[in-house]
Amino acid sequence: MAHSTTHHHESNTKGIWFVFALLSVVTIVEVFLGIVKPEFLVDTKFLAMSLLNWIFIILTIYKAYYIAWAFMHLEGESKGLRRAVVWSAIFLISYLMFILLTEGDYIYDVFESNHVAWDF
Amino acid sequence: MEATVIRTGTEGKTWGGGNEPLKASYGKLMMWFFIVSDALTFSGFLAAYGFSRFKYIDSWPIADEVFNHFPFLHGVDAPMYYVAFMTFILIFSSVTMVLAVDAGHHMNKGKVTLYMFLTIIGGAIFVGSQAWEWKNFIQGEYGAVTTRGGNVLQFVDLEGERVAIEGFVAELPVTRVANQRNNGIWFSENESISEYTIEEVKAGFEANENILVRTQMVDENGQKTILSREESLSKLNAEAVGVVEGANLTENEYGPPLFADFFFFITGFHGFHVLSGVIINIIIFFNVILGTYERRGNYEMVEKVGLYWHFVDLVWVFVFTFFYLV
Repeated sequence: MAHSTTHHHESNTKGIWFVFALLSVVTIVEVFLGIVKPEFLVDTKFLAMSLLNWIFIILTIYKAYYIAWAFMHLEGESKGLRRAVVWSAIFLISYLMFILLTEGDYIYDVFESNHVAWDF
Repeated sequence: MEATVIRTGTEGKTWGGGNEPLKASYGKLMMWFFIVSDALTFSGFLAAYGFSRFKYIDSWPIADEVFNHFPFLHGVDAPMYYVAFMTFILIFSSVTMVLAVDAGHHMNKGKVTLYMFLTIIGGAIFVGSQAWEWKNFIQGEYGAVTTRGGNVLQFVDLEGERVAIEGFVAELPVTRVANQRNNGIWFSENESISEYTIEEVKAGFEANENILVRTQMVDENGQKTILSREESLSKLNAEAVGVVEGANLTENEYGPPLFADFFFFITGFHGFHVLSGVIINIIIFFNVILGTYERRGNYEMVEKVGLYWHFVDLVWVFVFTFFYLV
């Protein structure tokens, strides 16, 4: 309530266009890498995943950060709200990813090395 | 009787009421609650997708080969361009949304109206593009043969280029009629019959020396394995049981049925979010035109729907990465 009257809002259109340019450039880089697929990035593995995929994921999180901070205006929210939103999501999602990906990999190993016929 | 005035002695203190926890209004805070829980729903879907992908790590379809259509460029291999275009549309509609919020802070009704309108157009284009993408996916391009083990076998020429089934099938004098309710005693439902029979595909394959079978297995170079002519023939004759063209929830010509299931479910769920976002945006748009927020004295409603809209964009960024890039 009375949000716009209590404190004056600086117009931030310049910042908005800057974030747009940034997100566009990152997307173009991603698409470019996805089409070219540089061999040394595909062949280099880091923690069971190719370097290229790591780059994609890191760039995605980078984009997500800017969308949440600039567009969803998290940078202007109180520290408590920011932490509640960000850390809840990060902890729960990392846990979920860890459990499910480990399990998926395990099932792959069972198919691969045990006496289970699945391509018959 | 005297009016009773209750004083708690907490006026002006933390628990005295009139406070905004976390310095956010009730509506905005509830929108954040919704967004976080919705984010967890989406990550549940994407993590399940990752699970299946790790389970079929050496036989998952290669996205570039599946999503390679671009409007008006028939038969041209254009991986990723279309989905990149969709991503830009969504990012741009996010920008117009945040500009609308910004204009709302300055109580500039005209600008809010314009930017809300552009946001709605962007959302509509995105949903339309999504529909086109689905159409291509459902229709398929080359067709494949299904095996008894639930895999698909695709066909390539000697250069490794994909060959469509209709390019080499033999015409066999078989008449197949879909089973109807009036000619079956225990008729419940009937599978729709494919355009070609597996016998026609096998005969056509034997007649064409320059066609090979491509399996789903990915070799060490990240390419699908192409069998030799002899291996192809024996594999096809031993395992092939059906013909599949395009995709539905039970089978598809691209790879494991789960691939199509996840594609439909995740992009569908996201598309549904975009659709409802567009509808909510339209409602707010009309409220802006009617001057509702002008009278209310603030445009916080635009801010709240903006939060939802940016969230939809945020989810797409992840869907884009995990479906099309990784």
